[in-house]
Amino acid sequence: MSSIPRYNDAALPPPPAGEVRTARGQMSRMLLATVLVALTARPAHAFIAYVSNEKSNTVSVIDTDSWTVAKTIKVGQRPRGIEFTRDGKFVMVAIGDDDTIQMIDAKTQAVVDTLPSGPDPELFTQDAAGRTLYVANENDNTVTVIDLEKRARLGDIQVGVEPEGMTISPDGKTLINTSETTNMAHFIDTASRKIVANVLVDARPRFAEFKHDASELWVSSEIGGTVSVIDPNKHAVIGKVNFEIPGLRKEAIQPVGIGMTKDDKTAFVALGPANRIAVVDTATRKVTKYLLVGQRVWHMAFTPDEKYLLTTNGVSNDVSVIDVAAQKVIKTIQVGELPWGITIAP
Amino acid sequence: MIRWLVGLIGLALATTQALAADSIEIGVGYLGVAGTRSTLSLVEQPAQNDGVAGAKLAIEDNNTTGKFLNQHFTLEEHRIKEDEDPVPTATALAEKNDFIITDLPADALLKVSDALRDRGTLLFNAGAIDERLREADCRANVIHSAPTRSMLADALGQYLVWKKWSRWLLVVGSHDQDKLYADALRRAATRFGAKIVQERTFEDTGGARRTDSGLTLIQRQIPVFTQQAPAYDVLVAADESEVFADYLPYRTWDARPVAGSAGLEPRSWDAAQDQWGATQMQNRFMKLNSRRMTALDMQAWTAVRMIGEATSRTNSGDVKKVTDFIKGPDFSVAAFKGTRLTLRDWNLQLRQPILLVDGRMVVSVSPQEGFLHQVSELDTLGYDRPESKCKLK
Repeated sequence: MSSIPRYNDAALPPPPAGEVRTARGQMSRMLLATVLVALTARPAHAFIAYVSNEKSNTVSVIDTDSWTVAKTIKVGQRPRGIEFTRDGKFVMVAIGDDDTIQMIDAKTQAVVDTLPSGPDPELFTQDAAGRTLYVANENDNTVTVIDLEKRARLGDIQVGVEPEGMTISPDGKTLINTSETTNMAHFIDTASRKIVANVLVDARPRFAEFKHDASELWVSSEIGGTVSVIDPNKHAVIGKVNFEIPGLRKEAIQPVGIGMTKDDKTAFVALGPANRIAVVDTATRKVTKYLLVGQRVWHMAFTPDEKYLLTTNGVSNDVSVIDVAAQKVIKTIQVGELPWGITIAP
Repeated sequence: MIRWLVGLIGLALATTQALAADSIEIGVGYLGVAGTRSTLSLVEQPAQNDGVAGAKLAIEDNNTTGKFLNQHFTLEEHRIKEDEDPVPTATALAEKNDFIITDLPADALLKVSDALRDRGTLLFNAGAIDERLREADCRANVIHSAPTRSMLADALGQYLVWKKWSRWLLVVGSHDQDKLYADALRRAATRFGAKIVQERTFEDTGGARRTDSGLTLIQRQIPVFTQQAPAYDVLVAADESEVFADYLPYRTWDARPVAGSAGLEPRSWDAAQDQWGATQMQNRFMKLNSRRMTALDMQAWTAVRMIGEATSRTNSGDVKKVTDFIKGPDFSVAAFKGTRLTLRDWNLQLRQPILLVDGRMVVSVSPQEGFLHQVSELDTLGYDRPESKCKLK
């Protein structure tokens, strides 16, 4: 049973007939009234964020209205990549050490099913229709293709050493996978499932993100300390985002997660042990601001209204909330141990 | 008809050859000494393929990347006998391989380095931790992926000082390399503000490392050896020769932890290391070699990956281009240690974090927090540029 109030649920039970005079009935009536007041007082846009905690083997459910953890869901060993299905009904979590992807029912907030991923799944992406899932399997240099409706494995694609970052082009035709030890972004044709191009980037590429207009692909290199901007048609690096923080060693700047605003004008880049999110002007590819967040920040997710950006801070075991317009950190929420990935209900 | 067929086959063959010719072949040699040293602990006994197994995995990793770049790597291994002249074997290896990974004693490595200097072969020292190879005896054609004694000692020293175990009882073996390790430990104590309260020498009187009833004797011997020491926090042992250090833990007269050559040991790698994505690498290694990965395996892996990194960045297998790139300012390599590894340009030593391990777990990773440096915190480990006696030639 969900512990988070669900605003579209019409089914709040009426007080049982004939019990209104008992203390319990009165109590429940009063409670109901309080809940109703609370519900009407609630701002229209409250969302639910799911955070995978790599070490605790849990998923923290955050209410973005109260900014509190409303529930903690037990999952398998070493949850990392986490994402909603396109229809918003399930949250998929890559369970690395159990070699599977668990599906959490967004209504009941309980694990209800698993998907047959390959060994050690880490990150995954799905096509626009939400029918096909592509999973990076770190342990055997493959990307596994899964039919989401049948929940069956369709096949594997051989890629570089330690595949990690996964994204799909807005038109759904090109799948991108980055491999950490091969240092490449692999461009895979989703129809033929064949690699069509390989673009060399800086050391240990972790994450890939398209601009919404598909004009650029951004790939972060954790050890290289840069973000490569790739022309997805020419398959060539056309620019790089560099980071410099006064008083911080270059080695501590380790870009991982990337978030792009819908207008493609601003990118947010998580800098790992630099404990900062870089705000990047995508036109100039220059950093305009560094936002101090928790320790070892890796991944992030926008609320659907793009008012807030939530980041997972692994070492400080918390999530930072950034006001996107103000470019300010407004809140920190304690979650489980080593928070890794985050997804927000559409 | 037959003529036409022959023509077709000929054409097909020509095409295949043209395709094969496109692929850049990069030969990597591995030169080590046959036989393995004896250790006190049976579980620490190195495998016959210690070191080269790491090189083998890196060749596979390089080839996975190489297939996207049309580069192909091969490994050729040779072992010499302990007192054999290494030069003929090294020269033969260099015929086909522009890059050679070595696990040789310092003198043998220097011989090989000088013999191959004019040939342009690039050597990677994966095995020798001797300071002099990076100092007075440094060579322009030798890159060191193995850490130095001083890097190992400093890594341990920083942790012990961070832990506020700053009074050390130093026990040194009677062999040359034990004394060299003791020198490095003394230097670390001075640099980081620890105090060596007393030094003792453990004489190697010979004898078998393993006997059927050895423990009874050791249990009486070690407490006596360590008694009447001035107040100390930690016993630091320098015993690279594997004569006594592993006998110390739990047997000292005073209840004190042991570090150095036993107990808490500084190492470039350990089978227990699972941070920074290392699990995948440990799994790959296990799958390929059916055993766990040692520090020497890692040093060889890193050397071969340095070659792969440079060939992919330069899109070339040319030894001159690759060497220039590795020695240049843009080179770095990722090796599952949480930071990029780069070369010290003054002596071609690879900068690297050092793990502190207890045989089951990684206890800590140095450099420790708070040990600062104006260029790279990794340069708080080992001899730094201003102290260096190396003149590359």
